[in-house]
Amino acid sequence: MKNYSGVMVFVEQKNKEIHRVSYELLGKARELADQINEEVVCCLCGPSEIDANELIYRGADKVFHVQDEEIFGNPEVMTYVENIVKIIEEKKPEICLFGATSFGRSIAPRVAATLKCGLTADCTGLAIDEEDMKLVQIRPAFSENILAHIKSQYLPQMATVRYKEFDEAKRDESKTGEIINFSSVKIKNNPIEVLEEITEEVFNITDARVVVSAGKGLKSPEDFKMIEELAAVLGGVVGSSRPLVEDGFISKAHQVGYSGNRVKPNLYIACGISGAPQHQAGMKEADMILAINSDPSAPIFNIADYGIVGDIYEIVPQMIEKIKNKKA
Amino acid sequence: MRIIVLMKQVPDMEKVKFDREKGVIDRKSAGTEINPFDLNALEAAVQIKETRGAEVVAVCMGPPSAEVALKEAISRGADRGILLSDRKFGGSDVKATAYTLAAGIKAIGEYDLVFAGIQTVDGDTGQVGAEVAQFLDIPHIYFVEKIVEANEESVTVVTDIWDGVYVKKMKLPGLVTVTKDINSPRLPAFKDKMKSRKAVIPAWGMNELAEFLDETETGRKGSATMVKKIEVPKAVHRKGLLWRDNMDTALNEFMDILVDKKVIEVE
Repeated sequence: MKNYSGVMVFVEQKNKEIHRVSYELLGKARELADQINEEVVCCLCGPSEIDANELIYRGADKVFHVQDEEIFGNPEVMTYVENIVKIIEEKKPEICLFGATSFGRSIAPRVAATLKCGLTADCTGLAIDEEDMKLVQIRPAFSENILAHIKSQYLPQMATVRYKEFDEAKRDESKTGEIINFSSVKIKNNPIEVLEEITEEVFNITDARVVVSAGKGLKSPEDFKMIEELAAVLGGVVGSSRPLVEDGFISKAHQVGYSGNRVKPNLYIACGISGAPQHQAGMKEADMILAINSDPSAPIFNIADYGIVGDIYEIVPQMIEKIKNKKA
Repeated sequence: MRIIVLMKQVPDMEKVKFDREKGVIDRKSAGTEINPFDLNALEAAVQIKETRGAEVVAVCMGPPSAEVALKEAISRGADRGILLSDRKFGGSDVKATAYTLAAGIKAIGEYDLVFAGIQTVDGDTGQVGAEVAQFLDIPHIYFVEKIVEANEESVTVVTDIWDGVYVKKMKLPGLVTVTKDINSPRLPAFKDKMKSRKAVIPAWGMNELAEFLDETETGRKGSATMVKKIEVPKAVHRKGLLWRDNMDTALNEFMDILVDKKVIEVE
């Protein structure tokens, strides 16, 4: 009998709400598990109120629910790691997947180092090698310039997987599975104390269908009004390149790029953005890209489906008018 | 107080070339620089040194030529640099790298705080920091964008994590990785640059780390993952329809596309 078996998904939750990346992982996990003829299992750390059945409907065969009403209410790395390691050591999954969210990327390496196994970061592709039935983990590196195919030499084969890379598992209430509850492990003398959550503006750019971004072509912070208006008439949100965030035109939550947010909307409009590789890393996977820039040699045009060579101060207001007329 | 800063020498990403046919990275095609995020880590350490006094030690794992990165770190405010270098360290993955760095830190002796950048621009993993922390058996906080307070007992920071912004306090020793937002790294002054050229950088290999590192824990032998293949993907291909004049026509045509693609719903 094999010692290690099953594809485990770490389910991320905040305020009892399951992060959508977990559903994406479940879809992929099901696919991989079917190929190696094993089960899909979930490791869920959170209060008892969370309905673990949701994970069954999304394709899990088993859910290991580590229940605690308090300790999982904060992004407290040490506590999570301790509890996840305990489940992995007991259940010995062959493959272990975490969402490559900020939290996932903070806990997964610590889990891997504790178990002395490998970990592949921020994967955009996962497949089973038909020759040895091992997991091939595909990930971009060198600032997105290459794709590396990586294999783990030890079990479990562990990876963090980029959000919005795979489709969510379909929900089917007729599916059945087993929910097994575990009690939590608490850390004595925890060296980290979460003092408070600073409630900032709640703004989510990664789920938007339309993103209208501005770059250095925008002359003053007030001019974001026209960008906002264009976004509004298209039912979208406002993004920004890094320099405008650095100059304090707009908050970091709006930043698109390598060190900001990665977006994959149906439509991305780049207004006055030259298109440095760092910016492209955050938006090149949009379904459709329109670039507006007065410089015809701007690199953004190389990755745009449509380009308008012109002044954003002329074109954006005209475009807003035309969209309003169309909708009227 | 002693602060250790982890640094990596990386290729200049603006210049490095990738061979799509052979699937290789031509590292020689570009110069090297200190991983940009590590400069933020160093600056954070130097700022603590300036406000309350501390020794800042920069640690880099790499080939002998990576010595220049440590000299640059000294010109930017580090008190000394230590290079971890040995052929046996070559081919290290995240785990082996973290294990080797942890051994280097143990060999330094006592320390209070370890700083690192959130990720490197070549490996892009962002995993080494947390693994180093685990191997040192100290806590870590990732994605730190502000240091509220730092002293010998603890550090209080603002961190961007879990779709929120949190204030966390960590008892020391501990490890912190910083984002680009934490500060703007200063440029070295000319006289510091000149002075750093004369700095002696000790290079520690297997022998020097023998007490804390076994050959089976570093390099290819100590790695838990293996790169099987490198692919250089084609640049994203886009239709690239460009309108240069007659903006009215251009916008009308684009409106039709938006309607066609159902971005705009017309009744």
